[in-house]
Amino acid sequence: MRESSSAAGRKFIRQTFSLILILTMIAVVWEGVKLIGGDPWWPDSNPFGLEYKPPFRWKFASDLNLPHLWDIFGTFSQPARRNGPPLIEILVSAAFFTFREAVVGFAGGTLLGLSLGTLFAHIKIMEKGCMPYVVASQTVPILAIAPMVIIWLRAGWVSVAVISAYLTFFPVTINTLRGLQSPDPLAVDLLESYAASKWQILWKLRFPAALPYIFTALKVSATASIVGAIIGELPSGIRDGLGGAILNFNQYYISGPGRLWATILISAAVGILFFILIALAEWLVLRKRFRPVETV
Amino acid sequence: MSIQSTISIKNTTKIFNQGSSNEVVALKDINLEIKPHEFVSLIGPSGCGKSTLLRLVADLIVPTVGEITVNGKSARRARVEQDYGFVFQAATLYDWRTVTKNVQLPLELMGYSREERKHKAQEMLELVELGDFGNHYPWQLSGGMQQRVSIARSLAFDPPILLMDEPFGALDEMTRERMNLELQNIWDRTDTTILFVTHSIPEAVFLSSRVVMLSPRPGRIAEIVDVDLPMPRINEAREDPHYFELVNHLRDTLRKIEGEDG
Repeated sequence: MRESSSAAGRKFIRQTFSLILILTMIAVVWEGVKLIGGDPWWPDSNPFGLEYKPPFRWKFASDLNLPHLWDIFGTFSQPARRNGPPLIEILVSAAFFTFREAVVGFAGGTLLGLSLGTLFAHIKIMEKGCMPYVVASQTVPILAIAPMVIIWLRAGWVSVAVISAYLTFFPVTINTLRGLQSPDPLAVDLLESYAASKWQILWKLRFPAALPYIFTALKVSATASIVGAIIGELPSGIRDGLGGAILNFNQYYISGPGRLWATILISAAVGILFFILIALAEWLVLRKRFRPVETV
Repeated sequence: MSIQSTISIKNTTKIFNQGSSNEVVALKDINLEIKPHEFVSLIGPSGCGKSTLLRLVADLIVPTVGEITVNGKSARRARVEQDYGFVFQAATLYDWRTVTKNVQLPLELMGYSREERKHKAQEMLELVELGDFGNHYPWQLSGGMQQRVSIARSLAFDPPILLMDEPFGALDEMTRERMNLELQNIWDRTDTTILFVTHSIPEAVFLSSRVVMLSPRPGRIAEIVDVDLPMPRINEAREDPHYFELVNHLRDTLRKIEGEDG
């Protein structure tokens, strides 16, 4: 047991290290491109007080299209409106707002997905009859569904949560079904030999066996639910969330490109945070099933 | 009337996929009576239906024709009333449960109290000499240890009958011989009736009071051999000339069956 926990620690350090490495590489490429083909630097517009003329002028690397990283991060501390609070404060509260909508949608979608998956696993006709519609539901673009949902349910956080749930339930349904069907036939026979009821077989065998599959789906759904919430905010006119912020800063992009980029960064961070939370829950629930890949 | 049989199989036939083009007659007209505290082994070439017969007794599948009674009741009632424990080819331990929780699984289903479960599981684990491994997870145990846990689990609720489907098939020779001794020991100490499927003739002879040889396509009883070696059997029994005689005799029968078949 000791070895496995220190191995988990090493894995964590390795993962953190590689994350930092990747982020650094992205930053280096980003600023490298600007160094070769970006706009000229003026002493008063960069934190180093330098003047510099890149050898090329690429349109995509202009300060408007691809702002300097320090400009993006600089906008966090500046007010978005005259005499308003700093941008970071607005974005953090927007992130909380959107996160709340996404969590409600995620919970609803998960519940729906678990129920559908369980139903399909037990009633073959339901699986055959309903699965095509479940799949078809995901081929309709969310951008087309979102306005409809808002018309049906009226604009508000509930409709946003519903749109978020719409993106969440699909992976959970598929993986729940797959997971519930995953036990070895002998493992099912074992419970049959104890004359266990269908409910007992579900609870003692199928559900625990499905948990790794379900967690995989939840990790996909966690990030999808954030995307769903942001997209849901766009046509609903909700201004308090990240979707509203994206819409807003998109309008004023010319005067401050950094703010939209900063909003995108925060949106990504919220998605990643939600993913990490689910991964943590997964680890807590499944860590005892740890199987050493190599035994030395 | 003779003594009541623990397991009684009468005129039993099992046909898989009846009526379709891939119809298979797995067993035909099987008649077998097993008395209390017998240890009966089913052997025969692969595909002779020995596992099918075991699963019929367990009511995991139902016969096409015929009647099977277990402890004087229908096979179905015997299953519902937990008259038997089944040991599968694979240990079928649930890897999210500790060893002791795996042994407690049938007890949970049967509504034993927490205290009883703990006590019973510990007792059974000690019986298979795994008393110190209760808090381990299955993946931390060797294949032989896992199969011992599965035997402990099948004994946990004191079933009067044990049905075993090639339980030691996946084990190495050394472990297998030790497990044979342990099973022999358990059988000797309890009054369990055992129906045991194996593809190993020496194993069948060493363990059983009777060996039933099946022939394939369709599965029929080819021969029943009484093993009159003294009980309890220890390793020395494997060197008994009569043991060799029986093993050789069964081997000849098996060869004859396979000759006819191929």
